[in-house]
Formats: sequence, C-alpha cells, structure tokens
Amino acid sequence: MREIPTNPANLIAGETGDWEIVMGLEIHAQVSSNAKLFSGASTEFGADPNSQVSFVDAGLPGMLPTINERCVEQAVRTGMGLNAEINLYSVFDRKNYFYPDLPQGYQISQFKQPIVGRGMVTIELSDGTTKEIGVERLHLEQDAGKSLHDQHPSQTYVDLNRCGVALMEIVSDPDMRSAEEASAYVEKVQRIVRYVGSCDGVMAEGSLRADVNVSVRRPGGELGTRCEIKNVNSMRFIRQAIEYEARRQIEILEDGGRIDQETRLYDPNKGVTRSMRSKEEAHDYRYFPDPDLLPLEMEQEWVDAIRASLPELPDVKKARFMADFGLSEYDARTLVSDRESADYYEAVASGRDPKLSANWVTTDLFGYLNRTGINIAESPIKAAQLGQLIDRIIDKTISGRIAKEVFEVMCETHQDPDAIIAEKGLKQVTDEGAITAVVDQVIAENPDKVADVQGGKEKLLGWFTGQVMKLSGGKANPQAVNKILREKILGG
Amino acid sequence: MAANSELTGLTLAQARDALAKGETTSVELTEAYIDTISTARPLNAFVTETPEKAMEMAKASDARRASGTVGAMEGLPLGIKDLFCTKDVLSTASSHILDGFQPPYESTVTTNLWNAGAVMLGKLNMDEFAMGSSNETSHYGPVANPWRPEGDNRTFVPGGSSGGSASSVAAEIVVAATGTDTGGSIRQPASFTGIVGAKPTYGRCSRFGVVAFASSLDQAGPMTRTVKDAAIMMGSMVGFDSMDSTSVDMPVPDFESALTGDIRGLKIGIPAEYRIDGMPAEIEKLWQQGEAWLRDAGAEIVPISLPHTKYALPAYYIVAPAEASSNLARYDGMRFGLRVEGQDLTKTYEKTRAEGFGAEVQRRIMIGTYVLSAGYYDAYYLKAQKVRTLIGQDFEQAFGQVDAILTPTAPSAAFAAGEKSGDPIAMYLNDVFTVPASMAGLPGMSVPAGLSDNGMPLGLQVLAPAFDEMTMFRVGGVLESAAAFTARPNKWWLA
Repeated sequence: MREIPTNPANLIAGETGDWEIVMGLEIHAQVSSNAKLFSGASTEFGADPNSQVSFVDAGLPGMLPTINERCVEQAVRTGMGLNAEINLYSVFDRKNYFYPDLPQGYQISQFKQPIVGRGMVTIELSDGTTKEIGVERLHLEQDAGKSLHDQHPSQTYVDLNRCGVALMEIVSDPDMRSAEEASAYVEKVQRIVRYVGSCDGVMAEGSLRADVNVSVRRPGGELGTRCEIKNVNSMRFIRQAIEYEARRQIEILEDGGRIDQETRLYDPNKGVTRSMRSKEEAHDYRYFPDPDLLPLEMEQEWVDAIRASLPELPDVKKARFMADFGLSEYDARTLVSDRESADYYEAVASGRDPKLSANWVTTDLFGYLNRTGINIAESPIKAAQLGQLIDRIIDKTISGRIAKEVFEVMCETHQDPDAIIAEKGLKQVTDEGAITAVVDQVIAENPDKVADVQGGKEKLLGWFTGQVMKLSGGKANPQAVNKILREKILGG
Repeated sequence: MAANSELTGLTLAQARDALAKGETTSVELTEAYIDTISTARPLNAFVTETPEKAMEMAKASDARRASGTVGAMEGLPLGIKDLFCTKDVLSTASSHILDGFQPPYESTVTTNLWNAGAVMLGKLNMDEFAMGSSNETSHYGPVANPWRPEGDNRTFVPGGSSGGSASSVAAEIVVAATGTDTGGSIRQPASFTGIVGAKPTYGRCSRFGVVAFASSLDQAGPMTRTVKDAAIMMGSMVGFDSMDSTSVDMPVPDFESALTGDIRGLKIGIPAEYRIDGMPAEIEKLWQQGEAWLRDAGAEIVPISLPHTKYALPAYYIVAPAEASSNLARYDGMRFGLRVEGQDLTKTYEKTRAEGFGAEVQRRIMIGTYVLSAGYYDAYYLKAQKVRTLIGQDFEQAFGQVDAILTPTAPSAAFAAGEKSGDPIAMYLNDVFTVPASMAGLPGMSVPAGLSDNGMPLGLQVLAPAFDEMTMFRVGGVLESAAAFTARPNKWWLA
C-alpha cells in the first residue's frame, strides 16, 4: 500500500481523539455495447422483463459462451483512460455460487489475470487541490439478473434481462481518506468512461455503481478492519453511506468494541448501513479458469489501433485549455466535465476570444441548460449561434448588455443572433451626431449635476452615461457616449 | 422388399451404397430399424424412441435423393446419445433432473448430421450426465450388453458412458450412433461391445448443444460397426463452430480416404507404462497380437515411454469432477427440469438436487466442489492441471518418434452387471488406458480385435497426434482387416 500523508482536514474528531477513514472502491461500470458479454442478446435498458434473454443467458444445458469483441475493446479503452497497463493475455474464470438470478450457477469473471492491470486516476477536490488514486485492476465480468421481491406477497420473480451484460469492475487502491475524495473518485471514473464511450455512467439506471470498503484508524496508524458497503448507486448516497459507516465504526471502537469484517447495505431511506452477511457467511466462490473459454489474447497492433482512436482525455484537455486558452483551473475543469461541453466550448472559442467564450459558455449557456434541464448535446442554441453573438460583441454591433438581451431571446426562439438584432433594431448606435443629440438633451435637463461633475465629482459621469444609454434604448455605443460626455462637460 | 435383418445387417457404408444404387430407400431402411428396435427393448438402449420423426426424416431424405441432393449421411438411420440436445425432443442426459426437458434448440453435431441427410431413430440411454463406465448410473435403468459369455445368463454391462450407443450399434438396431467421450466414454464401451468407437481431437466436434460434463475434455464422436463407417460419420460430425469458443478452425480432411490399407514405414509406439500391474493375460496377449499384425503389415514397432501415465487417472478424477461440479450448478430447479419444492430457496435447491441427481453424479459434484475449495485448490486442481500439462508433453515427445500409438482400450472385457457398481475406484480403473489421451486432447479409437477367454469382445486402441485423425483411421483400418473380427452376439433378447 502506498503511504499517503495524513491530511488534517480529513480527520474526524471522536471522544478519544482523532480518526482517519481509509477507503478503497470497486466500481461496476456496465459496458456500452449492443450485445451481452457472452451472448448476442440485447442490452437495452427498460425492456419488458425477460425479453432480452438468450438460451446462453438462461443457462440452458449445452449452451456455451462466446466473447463479444466490442466489450473487450471497451475494457481496453477504459484501461487506457485509467492510465493503466493493458494485459495482452488475460483469463476468464468462473465464480461459483447459487442464486436464482444467476442461471449458470456461476458468474464468468476474471480472477487472477485481468485484462487491465495497474493504473492511476487524478481526482480534483473542492479546495482546488488534486490527488492521485491508484487503480489496482480492471476486469471484465458478467452481470447477474435481477430478483424482484415486490411483485408477489410470497414469491420472488426473476428478470434475466441484465443477466450476462458486460461489466467492468474497476478496483482502486485504499487511497481515499474522505467521503469527498471517494465521490470525487467516482465522478472522475464516470467522466473517464463517458469520455472513452465505454459506459454511459448513469448511476440512477445502475449502469455505474460502487462497492465502498470503509475502515477507520488512528491517523497514520495500523489499518482497521474494513466493511464493504455494496451497490451504492448515487454520489450523494456514497457520501452519506461513508459518513454514517465511519461514525458507526468509530463509536464501536471508542466503546471498546471490535469491527467485524462484513458486507453491509446502505439504506438511503433511513440513512444507515445494515449488515448483509458476515465473513463467516461469505461464499467460497471456488474460482477456476472457465474451460468453455480460451484465454483472451489480444494483438499489440489491435490495442495500438484502439489507443490511436481514443479521444483526448479530460486531464489532458484541461491542461490544454489552461495553457492554450489561458483559462482558469476552475473554468477549464468546468468545461472538460464532459466531452460535449468541451467540444461545444472549443467550437465557440474557435477564432474568438477564449476567455470571453468561456464566460458565455459556463455562465450563460450552462445557466440556461441547467434551468431548462436540457443536455448540452441537445442544446437548441448551437455553438455557431453563440459564436455569432460573441462576434457581434467583438465587432461592436451590440454591447455586452444588449448581448444578454439577445441571448434571452435566443433561449426563447432559438433564432440566430443576427436575426434577433435586426428584427428588434438592437444595432448599437455609433453615429456621433445621434449620440451627441441625446447627450445634449441630458446635459440640458440636469444643469446641477453638470455643475457637480465640473466641481470634481467625476464619478457622476457614470450616471450621465446611464441616462444616455437609457434614452437610446441601450443601443448607443458606451465608449462613444463616454467620450462625448467628457468633451461636453469637462471640455475634453 | 428385403427382410429386416438383411437391411439392418448392412454397415453404414454398405447401406449408403445400397441407397445410392436404389436397392433400398431410407423409408424402407428406417422402417426395418423401427421394427428391430421394438424387438430389442430388453437391452434398454433407448430413453426415447422417435419413430414418427424418423419416418418423416426418411421420407424427406428420399425426396431429396429423388431431386438429386445427396448428403454424406443421406437416409442413414442413427441413434443419438441422450447427451445431445435435440430440438423439441426430450433430452435428459439420463438424469431425473432433466425430467421433461425438450430443448428449443439442436446441438451443432446433430445439426451437422441432419444437414448431411441422416435420420434420427431416437435418443440413447447412457450413464447419468456421462458419469460412469458401465451404464449403470442412468435414471432410466442400466443398459444391457448384447454380448453374454457362452452359457452365462447374467446381464453384462456395455461399458459407459455411451452404453446405449454401444449396445444399439452392436445389436444392429441402429446403423450407427453418436457417442461422447470425456475419459473414454466412446472407446471403452466400443471395446466392451465389439464395435468401433472414435474420438476426434478435442476441438474438432462442436460442444454446442451437448450437455456439458467436463468442458475441457468432452468430445463427440462416432460409434459404428466398422472403421470405414466411423471415418464417414466423423466427417459429417466435425467442423468449426463459432458458437463454441474451443472449436478449432481447421480444414476437415476426407477421413474415408485415409483407409488405404497401407501402413508400410509407419512407426507405431508401444508405451511401456501401459503394461500395468495385474493386467489380465488375455489383454496382454491381444496387445502383442496387435503389435504383430501391424508389424506384419509393414509398420515399425517402437517401444516408447509415457512417463506420467500413472498420474493421468488420479488427475482426471480431479479435473473432470471440478468442471462437472460447476457445469451442473445450473440444474437448480428454477427454470427447467425437475423441481422439488422446499419451504425456502435453499431447501428447494437441496431437495431438487438430492432427488434429481443420482449417487455417482452427487459423488462427483462433491469431489469437484472439494478440490476447488479455498485451501485445497492448489493442492488438487492446480496440481492436476500441471500433471495434465506433463501428460501432454509426454505425448508430444512420443509423437516426435512415432506416428501412432497402440494400446489396449480397457484393462478387461465387459463385466457382469452389479459386479463393480459398489466400488467406485474399481469402476474408475476401467478408464486407465483411455484417460491419458483425453487429458491430452488427442484423437483415439477402439477397434474390435478379438475375444476374451470367455468369449467377450476386446478392443485395441489407436492414438494419433492432435488433428491427425487420418493416421488414426489408417492404422485402425489395417488393424481391423488383420483382426478380421466377425463374431456377433447371439441375440439373447429375442429368446
């Protein structure tokens, strides 16, 4: 285990002193593919129960698994996203246990020789710092079906649609020390799988879920006994489950008790973790290499071709945005949070002021999308349209303030900014004659304030600018207004 | 119209030629077999007879022939071991736990046979889940060997696990039958019943749709009256199948063309380690006779060593049960077959599996579960896999010196029913000569070569390098000619 210096901010104060949480996560990410890992059945979410089940998935006699190359490719892509070693030779094993939603009586998984080895993920924390979390491995395995206990008063129903769907199990090192770090890690892995397109990362649909191993210890001390919290399926629940579980363990230890190694479940309704099974009840899975499948051997050229096809990964993209566009760490982080946002931003910023573009995308566009709950990929305001709006600010056709108005109209009508400007007559007035006429009017109506300005209250000039802008309906070029006001009142 | 016995007396090759010449039809041939099967029920060779289906297939075959389409197995009526899944036809693996199971799919091997024009007479009895060497573990009762020693009225076992296949071929109630061989389940019963049984190289026959016993060992093959029949039938069973990841994409030679009768210059290995303690003199004598036949035919006899032979059987009885314990986990009463309700899930599992599996299957599931358990895996399963690698290396080295290997098929002739069924170890020893080739995935065949002192058939085994079935058939053909095995069982079941 890598030695990680204790961060005092992460310590939890107990009755008898400080405690430190130590966590490792197993993330199960459902592979995006049309077909299951070892059968041709569809993997679409939300289909009628048992409508996407092949004879292989149902464990009928004589049925054999055949590997889906697409799923292998997705695991390799993910491994690359995790900066991990790709193992050209890996082995599928059987994990044996009985349950009605596991028709074969075993899950095909990878035990001793996974497809992806050691990797490293950088997480970003709210205080602006980053931390490296080690990845032990990623392996491919089959998902089980679903037992439905709520369909009948005394019977359990089984839906095998999910049975055999490919999962990537990503196992981290026990490098996390706070609930924030754990959820930042899950967010980062979610971002990576979405970037490489290997998993849709939708926790609510169960396509990304985490098992959290939690233990507590004295700061920097001996590791404590861990409990595994199974199948937590939202960022918020991950944080809540960890906070609760750490508190529970600390209370037991401070009362002189002992932590039993066990598997627990998080109950989001009550906000507590409950024991599911103890170590004594743990299965002996009797792993052994699946004799129905040959070892998985990949050609280096095939792996190289996958690497060549990978998109720019979020860390690299963020660094580039900061270096090439001069963006702040915060803006860059926001913009690379998903591939679509980053692509959108780059389209807007292309040939334009990158910082101004970043402001419009992160503030106005994201604000609009958040308000309306629209995904950026479906944004009715296209990057070219937002770019056009920024162009009109740069070429002084409209002021920044008018631009906000135009943007509001764009949100309503999805029209091009040029069309809105023309239709509403919002073109900025730069004609000095027209502006001078308005300036003269304002000066004539406010002789006392003119005197104040001339008496030294130059700040009042701003008030005059406001009045002129108001009378011109905001269309007067503010720089021109200022220049003329100065000349008229202060004599240039 | 020919008499039934004339038709059923034809070998596969002879029937094929008679059909080609128009001397008979598939319908006529099939009817003859259906009649004969009905007289042979005391053998208990069938779990399910499918006469209607057989007639339908025979008519379709004759129609194809009339239209000029003739497959390699056109019109030939076969028995199918009940380990093969056959669409909409009860497929039981001779286990109670598969009660009523009619698969909605067809195994690749049987699909290949039907595509070649063959006709299905029914599903043949076997040891439950192919676990056994005497066909006494079937839920549907033991199969009888058509052979009995002169003056002996006891029932003798046909060997196993393909006992129904062996018995039905020997009794001439099918032209030929499919078998499967995990540790000798084609070759040992072939030896016990005086027929030919051939197991191709692992990977030649698709395992898709064959109920799994031990996946890394299971391999289908033909059980026939002659070597030529086996060559013809194997050609229609094998072939690459994308549905089986262990299927091998290799060209399939014309096996029949291997039967040149010429083995001059071939080197035949005689492995010293197969001369085991306590081997009956009659087996030793037959083996030496086989050596002499091949030498006389112009082959060179070469003494060889397969040093790890004695570890093959113990290693096999670790690897095969380990895989079986996992393969048989799917029989849980949840989705198909037998279900015995208990008061909760665990009890339902326990009752279903306790009632559904027979004693031998339960024994192997327990052995397999044990050897894979935490703390025992390295000592048993892993070590057995290492032994398996060494056995493979033994053969590789041997085949650097010789073209084929000759051994006895089994250490004894068929024994009387019940004689060994109480002693699993004695039963397992039946496979001592067949298991090493299974562990190495090599092709092997048993050819009837003579009779034991009490008049029961004995076979000799020919082993060949991986994917060299051609040499196996070539040597097997010469052995068959030299042995001129013409003895037939006296049909006691007709009395």
